[in-house]
Order: sequence, then structure tokens, then C-alpha cells
Amino acid sequence: MALFFRESAPIKTGMRRFFGWVLSDNRGGPWGSGGGDDGDGGGSGGGPRNPWGSGPRRRKPGGAGPNIASLDDFLKKSRDRFGGRFPLGGGRPYWLYGLIAFAILWILFTSIHRIGTQERGVVTTLGYYTGTMQPGIGFSWPAPFGRVQTIDVENIRTISIPGGSGAENLILTGDQNVIDLAYSVRWNISEPRDFAFQIAEPEETIREVAESAMRAVVSRVSLDDAIGAGRAEIEQNVEQVMQQILNDYGAGVVIRGVAVSQSVPPAAVNEAFLQVSAAQQQAQSDLNNARAYALQITARAQGDAAAFEKQYAEYRLAPEVTRRRMYYETMERILQRVDTTIVEAPGVTPYLPLPEVGRSRPAQPQAQGAPAR
Amino acid sequence: MSRFARNPIAIAFAAILALILVGMTFAIVPETQQALIVRFGEPQRIINRYQANETFGDTGAGLAARIPFVEQIVWIDKRIQSIEMENQQVLSTDQLRLQVDAFARYRIVDPLQMYRAARTEENLSAQLRPILGSALRNELGRRPFAALLSPERGQMMDNIQNALNRVARQYGALVVDVRIKRADLPDGTPLDSAYQRMRTAREQEARSIQAQGLKQAQIVRAEADAEATATYARAFNQDPDFYDFYRAMQSYEASFVSAGTAENPRGRTNIILSPENDYLRQFRGRARAGQ
Repeated sequence: MALFFRESAPIKTGMRRFFGWVLSDNRGGPWGSGGGDDGDGGGSGGGPRNPWGSGPRRRKPGGAGPNIASLDDFLKKSRDRFGGRFPLGGGRPYWLYGLIAFAILWILFTSIHRIGTQERGVVTTLGYYTGTMQPGIGFSWPAPFGRVQTIDVENIRTISIPGGSGAENLILTGDQNVIDLAYSVRWNISEPRDFAFQIAEPEETIREVAESAMRAVVSRVSLDDAIGAGRAEIEQNVEQVMQQILNDYGAGVVIRGVAVSQSVPPAAVNEAFLQVSAAQQQAQSDLNNARAYALQITARAQGDAAAFEKQYAEYRLAPEVTRRRMYYETMERILQRVDTTIVEAPGVTPYLPLPEVGRSRPAQPQAQGAPAR
Repeated sequence: MSRFARNPIAIAFAAILALILVGMTFAIVPETQQALIVRFGEPQRIINRYQANETFGDTGAGLAARIPFVEQIVWIDKRIQSIEMENQQVLSTDQLRLQVDAFARYRIVDPLQMYRAARTEENLSAQLRPILGSALRNELGRRPFAALLSPERGQMMDNIQNALNRVARQYGALVVDVRIKRADLPDGTPLDSAYQRMRTAREQEARSIQAQGLKQAQIVRAEADAEATATYARAFNQDPDFYDFYRAMQSYEASFVSAGTAENPRGRTNIILSPENDYLRQFRGRARAGQ
């Protein structure tokens, strides 16, 4: 600051003059020692020439000066001063510079706005809407007159319902059943102006609209659809309904998507639903068993038939011999392995100790035929 | 006078005074607010009153002037606001209880009327809330429970909105939308019995699936049996007589030869043959005579 002032001649002259009249006539005044006649700082102390640096420090010793007794006195003196030597053309008190600097800073800070790439600025001048700032640097009227509300439009926000409490979010379905549904809604701002001005609590509104739309949609589908196949359709319908409602409000919001993250029967009846899937498994395994049996039985039939046909083909060539051969062979195989008794006379059979035959002589098969005879 | 004008302190005072005066005279009416100018409690004029289909930037928002000390500004929100009705129990015509949350969205379209009837916005929403509740109860109480879960729902909402609007209009408000947020079965018996119904429905489904599975399995088996029978018949029918013999041989072997144990490999079958048996024809030595 000091450097700047020192280098620019006109201002320096002005300052010199201003300090001149403030300090020279005001010896012992409340502001300083008033030592310097020419106003080049507090010259008497031989300190730096800059009044900004030296002024305040030199105030104390000056304040001790006896020249002023009261505010009245000061006022009178001031009046005299203004009456006598009013500085024409440029002499200003330094607080005015402060004020100007403050004003410049104020204007700089409140009228230049940096808008990020994903933001828009809603500009109001004296309260009424005058435009939307695009990304980049934008200018507006300074603070009390112009106002810029920066709104992030690209950022896609997510609302989750239920809000993370872990509680069940029970919803009635069209067939009067209850499901536990969790979902999220993604949205962003399409029209920052409407978003800023139309609705008192936009986010809360979107949440409520989401909840109401979801319940309205689910109340029209069946439980099975809501749990299974109909989910995609529900998501789509909710998105549409929400967009419709929000457009009616003129909310300036676009719904990017609705995602059902969880759609299950309530915990209280979950067991019964598991039973259904168990029953499905059971039915499937019954069917599998039956199919296995079917394969087995048909294969066996085919095998048996093929065996018969082979035999029959041979049998037809020599029926009588084959028949006897098969008969003897079979009987041989049978009689080799069972206890055999041969009885001659009719009427003997009842006297045979049948149970004992088997039990008492299991190890003497060959002998049985002869004695009985 | 000129002396006064030259006094910096006086100028400062005057400037501050002027600023205060300007501040009291002019007010910035934003897009989101309607301003009702009231003179000693008597409404004078409305600035930035809501109009349908207006575009922002072309509304009444902007600088508003008033007579300081005499006129006051009552700020009234221009945006859509909401009232929520907390969980109410509603009884439908079929005596089913339902726990209902609803909300209504409204906008103050006539600030003057609203100021006269309700004074403040809080008052307005406090007045509307019970009316929303009663409109909802009346409408839902006239219909069966099932209607709430049907496309009729939209019609019901319209009716509630109309009923609410009739009252809201007296307060200078316009109801934009009424919606049921949640409609649940109350905890306790109603919810439990709904659960019970769901449970039994599932059990029914489970059983029917099981029965269907068994039925399918049986059909598959029967079809296989039939096919096997057909296969057998096709083969055996070539010579029923030979089949009789062939099968008899297999059958004898299968029936009489039981699997023996380790110490008794012969099994437990006893066969008592008569000498007349055909097998013993040669044994008797009468074969030639017999033939």
C-alpha cells in the first residue's frame, strides 16, 4: 500500500495535503501529535515517511498533549478548521480510503462469481430472477442488489428408502400381502431456477414423492410380481410417476433412476416362503426319481425283449431240442441248489417232516433222493 | 444550514439516518416470497403475488417501497409447501383398520385472504392439517379396503384433494396435490392375521407344488411302464407259447433258487418231486415206453 502511494504522484500530493490539514491544525488533537507541518508522516519523530506506519504509533505521545480538553472543544476546533480552510479538490480523510478499499473488495467479492463445471448460478437482481450463469466466471451486481445462488446440477444425488435404519419398510401389495422393500432414487437438477424458487423443501419433497409413488405402484401389482419378475417394471413405473408429479410441481428435477435393492417377504413369514422353495425342490427331485425309474424300466424292457428275441430266433431253427435243452439246463441249475426230495407213492407226502427236512439235513443233498425212494 | 452541512459528523449522522430510512422504505422482494404491505394492520397491497404460468424474471419480485413506520411488510412464502399428516388409523367400510400417512402440497395463492383468515403461515398449516386428516378419513371410510389397493386410488386422492381445497380456498391456499405416503396394516392383530394369511397361502402353494411334483412323477413312471409293456408285448407276441416256456424257466430259477448264506449255500427251499415229474422221465427209465 505504502509503496503504491509513494509511487503515484497525484495521490501522494493529495495525501500530503490531507494530512497537512488534519495534522497541522490539530496539534494535540485526538489523532496524533500533529508534529509534521508538511504532512509527510509524523515528521517530528524522524520515523518513516509513511503516515500509515507511523501515525498510530505516534498517537499516544501526541494524545498526551494538553491542547484539547473536551469533545466540545474538539468540535469547535474542527468547525473552525472547516470554516477556515476547507480543502477543495482532493483532500479526503483516510478512513474514506479505507471505505473505498472496502467497497472495492466488497464489489470484487460479491459481484464476480466462479461457477464450476457442474454448477449453475441463479442470479437475482433486486430479488427478481435475471438469468442463469453458465460455468466460468460470471458477473452480477454487488451484494445487497444482486445475489447468486450456486447450484450443483450435474451431481446425481441418491435418496435411499428406508433411510438406513435397518427397519423393515413394509408395503402393501395389490393382493393385500405385505412385502419388505428397500430402494433408492437417483436424481439431479435439470432446471436450477425452478429448483431454487418453486418448492420450499426440495429434497424432502422428492423423498416423499418417491415413497408415495412406490406405494402407489406396488399397490397395483401382486406379491409374486413384486418379489420376482415384476421388479424392473415397478422401477420403471415409479420413475415415471415420480417424474410426472415433480413436473406438476415444476420442481426442476429429473429422476435418473429408481433401483429396488431389496424386495423380500417380511421376516415374520419368510419361513413359509422358504417352504415353497423347498417344495419346489422336492417336486423337482420327485420328478428326477421318476425319470430315472423310467429310463431304467424301459431300458430293462428293451434288454429283456432283445434277449427273448435272440433266443427265439435260435429256438425257431430247432424248437423241440432247444426247448428240452433249456428245460434241463434250468432244472439242473435249480435242483443243484435246493434240497430235493423225490417221493414215489401217492399219499406219502403228508408224512414227511417237511420243516425238518430243510433244517436237519441241509448238508446232505445227494442222499435225499435215494432213501425216500 | 451551510454550517451544518459542512460538519462531517452531522453528515455521517445524516447519511446513516438516510440509510436507515432507505432500508425501511425499500425492501427486496425475492422470487420465493410474496409481500403483503400492511398499514396499521390494514392490508394495503400485495407485491409479487403468485400467478399461474408466470415465468421467473417476469414476476412482481424486485424492489418494493413502503411508507416507513406506517406500513409493514408481511412475508408470505410463494413456493409450494407441504403439510404432513402423521399416522392416522382409518376404518374402511369392511371394518378393516389401516394406518395411513398422507401429505398435501399447497401454495398460498391469495396472500390477502390468507392474512385475513390465518394471519401467519404456521397458523395456516396448523389449520389445514386436521382438515387433511378428516378429509382422508371421510374418503377412505366410504370405501372397502381393497379400493385403496386398486386404480381407484387416484380417484380417491382427487376427492380428498377437492375436499381439502374447498377449505383451503377460504385461507387463500391452493392444494396442488394430496398423496398417501404409507398405508399399512396396524401392528398387532391386523398385521398378524395378514401374516397368517400369507403364511397359509404359501403353505397351500407349497403343498400344491409338492402334489404336482408327485403327480408328474407318477405320470412319468406310468408312461415308462406302458412303454416297457409295449416293448415286451411286441417281442413276446411273436410266439406266446415259447414265451410261456421261456418265462417259466426264468421264473422257476428266480423263485426257487434263493440266495444261500455262507454256511448254507443251498438256501432253504425244499423241492419234493414226484417220480411222475417230467424231469424224471429218463430217471424212471420209461422214457421210451412213455413216448
